[in-house]
Amino acid sequence: MPDTSGLETPGTVTGPPFPPPGRAPEAVRRAARRRARVVVRRAVRFAVSLAVLLAASFAMIHLIPGDPVRTALGPTAPVELVEARRAALGLDRPLPEQFATYVTNVLSGNLGTSFITSEPVGEVIAARLPNTLALALLATLLALPAGVPLGMWAAVRTQNGRNRGSELTFGSVTGTAVAVPEFLYAIGLVSAFAIGLGWFPPAGKAGPITYVLPVLALAAGPVAMIARIARVETLRELGKDYVRLARAKRLPARRLHLRHVLPNTLTATLTVCGLLLTSLIAGSVLVEFVFAWPGLGLKIVESITQKDYPVAQGVILVYGAIVLVVNLAVDLLLGALDPTSEIREQS
Amino acid sequence: MPVRWSGPAVAGAVIVALMAALAVAGPIVWGDAAERIDAGAILQGASAEHPLGTDNLGRDLLARVLVAGRFSLALALAATLIGAVAGILLGTLPSVLPRRAARLATGTVNALVAFPGLLLAMFTAVVAGLGARGAVLGIGAAIAPGFARLTQTLAATVAGADYVSAARMLGVPRRRILSRHVLPNIAEPLILNLTQALGGALLGLAGMSFLGLGVQPPSFDWGRLLFDGFSRIYVTPEVALGPAAAVALAGIGFNLLGDALARAAARTTVRKAEEPPAPPAEPDEPDPGAVLDVRDLTVTFPGGSNPVRGLSLTVAPGEVVGLVGESGSGKSLTAAAIGGLVPYPGKVTYGRLHLGGRDVATLSDKELGTALAMVFQDPLAALNPALKVGGQLAEVAVVHEGASRAEARRRAVDRLGQVHLPEPERRAAQHPHELSGGMRQRAVIAMGLMGTPRLIIADEPTTALDVTVQRQILRLLREVVAETGAATLFISHDIAVVGQLCDRVVVMYAGRVVEELPADRLAEGAAHPYTRALIASLPGLDTDRTRPLAGIPGTQPAPDQVGPGCAFAPRCSLATERCTTERPELDAHGPRQRVACWEVS
Ligand code: SF4
Repeated sequence: MPDTSGLETPGTVTGPPFPPPGRAPEAVRRAARRRARVVVRRAVRFAVSLAVLLAASFAMIHLIPGDPVRTALGPTAPVELVEARRAALGLDRPLPEQFATYVTNVLSGNLGTSFITSEPVGEVIAARLPNTLALALLATLLALPAGVPLGMWAAVRTQNGRNRGSELTFGSVTGTAVAVPEFLYAIGLVSAFAIGLGWFPPAGKAGPITYVLPVLALAAGPVAMIARIARVETLRELGKDYVRLARAKRLPARRLHLRHVLPNTLTATLTVCGLLLTSLIAGSVLVEFVFAWPGLGLKIVESITQKDYPVAQGVILVYGAIVLVVNLAVDLLLGALDPTSEIREQS
Repeated sequence: MPVRWSGPAVAGAVIVALMAALAVAGPIVWGDAAERIDAGAILQGASAEHPLGTDNLGRDLLARVLVAGRFSLALALAATLIGAVAGILLGTLPSVLPRRAARLATGTVNALVAFPGLLLAMFTAVVAGLGARGAVLGIGAAIAPGFARLTQTLAATVAGADYVSAARMLGVPRRRILSRHVLPNIAEPLILNLTQALGGALLGLAGMSFLGLGVQPPSFDWGRLLFDGFSRIYVTPEVALGPAAAVALAGIGFNLLGDALARAAARTTVRKAEEPPAPPAEPDEPDPGAVLDVRDLTVTFPGGSNPVRGLSLTVAPGEVVGLVGESGSGKSLTAAAIGGLVPYPGKVTYGRLHLGGRDVATLSDKELGTALAMVFQDPLAALNPALKVGGQLAEVAVVHEGASRAEARRRAVDRLGQVHLPEPERRAAQHPHELSGGMRQRAVIAMGLMGTPRLIIADEPTTALDVTVQRQILRLLREVVAETGAATLFISHDIAVVGQLCDRVVVMYAGRVVEELPADRLAEGAAHPYTRALIASLPGLDTDRTRPLAGIPGTQPAPDQVGPGCAFAPRCSLATERCTTERPELDAHGPRQRVACWEVS
């Protein structure tokens, strides 16, 4: 028996082939540095986006044609009131100074005061944000475990072009489900289950049962979307060699699909979930409107309708920041989850 | 870019056509009814006269829904055009701006794409105020980033094309390259994607109007009708039904059609489906001692193509049989058929397929899973990237032998050591990408040793590895065969490797065996013109052997293009009249050798 140990040079790792344990080999350190660089790059991108977002939300008020205060208070408001408001908002100062003040205020948590109720915008948002996030998170938590198995099942059934009928049905049903906007689901659910059958309260937030319909309305589209993506990802994995080898090992189908295929489809599915979460937060605006749900979405609609600009500005800023944070989190999570990301960064 | 008119696509096209017809005809036919105020029929529910009820002025809601189609579609069209124009401008900026500004533009687009469209629309609605104008601008702004991204992607593809490089080398200004070369070439996919954007705009606008941020009375679109109807949903739910159905139908129609069109747009670079390869064969007397005994194995694909036809093969215990041929000869499909791994539309038929003296059809998963070991070409692809190496080995024992996790793991580490993987403990706890190519292939071989392998099927196991590692893996295979007494079927395009490793060589061409001979007779005794050509095309030992047939003109016929005669005839220098009409059978040619050729026997 020839001794062949130690003859081969590892392909993807350079440096001593089999480093003694306890001492980080050059390659490992380099990989760590590379990882750190990626994290730094993402963080910088996040900071820049945040700055742009701040500038945009500041600019929003100034882009309103004419005088925003006059527009908000209406043509009949007394001049003194308008002037007082303008002064309170600092609109009579030079622009750079206004921007500096705005940034300082936002960073210290001061988002201004509502034109209508005189409440601090920060407090309004703090009171309502959890309600919106609860809807979006619950919808994601519902859509993921519903959509992924559905997509996998469809993939296994339609693999290599078998069961063309199922493929067509799956495609049309999910395609249709994706195309229906969430507010129609919401209206449909309200008419059927709240007004028609009376099983659920039609609106408002009071206890767990009131969550059911809004969460369902919000999750319906994403379930179909996730199922579609999971199907494509699963089909791709099913064609790979490791599945052939696992088949050659005669593993039971369940183990093959759940243990071998599923983990490899999750990276892509997770990416989509990140995007989905941000779109759910936006989609919740319409769902909240239908269910009179006391969240940020309802607030922003109100504030735009009532020309309550400080509130609109604050809510949009917060929405934008949430999107940025979610995207950053997804990026970092993927970097940590994907065992091959290190290799990919190399090439 | 042909559009595939599947059922959903046709349904989408029909709905969109109906919508277009409604937009044209609706106001003409129902315009008066929609505006007719009836003080005696205010806020009614559904009735025979007003199937969807009436609004607060007693106007018929069905008529209003039908009339609102034009305004809804017109607004959506306007928003789409604004979004598309803005997006395409934004997307082409990087190709005309100086590098730094171009990067900034790209970065902006990437950042904007991540923002939900509704958020951008809200922003615009605040600035532009309530009303149709603000909503259209807002939805336009929401659509623009998507178009910008699409334009960038498409333009980047075109910019890499030869004619653009040529123009650039000739000193054509960038702006001119953009207008003359890039834009015309990406116009079609962009236009095809408009349908999808239009559907999105329609839904977005309906949403804005539904929130009360879009169209304001006395104008009305579907979203506004829904807004009005929704406030009465507790009393007369049916009044919300009409506009909701209209919005849903339009959304579905545009999406289904848009999906089909966008797919067509993405299909510009069509990937060719991989044709399954094809093999040959010949049977001989049954061998009672054989581990593997194959008779008349045929693999059929729909359309009557037979990439493997009537192949017979035996492998004795401890024997290493090499199966050689060019790609497309059917050698890999033969391996897959023996392993029961032929992909779906393929059908396997055989006169006999015995493993260890028993028909494979009667063997349980447990018996097959432990008696058959397979090794594939690319060990990185063959190992699951998400699972640890040790776990992938251990599961064989867990699944088939009910071993405990600890016992299975111990055995996995032991087997990794058996294939001379250094530090097997540590390696078992690593993921495949942390191992080198040679180590991965060792791990795959170790996986086969988890059971008690009777047959090892190695399909090009060294092709993806570099030369030094190749030799080590071959040595390891030899060693494993010697230790376990397993029979081995070694599949390779490389007749030199086969000659070194194997006891016996089986040469395949176009789905059949053309020659079978002991490996040590390869150099002097090869009789079939194809085998001889294979050997003759071998250059020196250390030149590149990946193209063994560089010396023979022509290519192997596809499985469905093999004539009645000898498949090799078109490339054979000895071919006669008879060769093209009559197929030579595999006949004995000296001791332990068989050849299928008219000119040899
Ligand atoms: S049968 Fe004829 S064509 Fe075929 S290999 Fe022999 S000589 Fe060539």
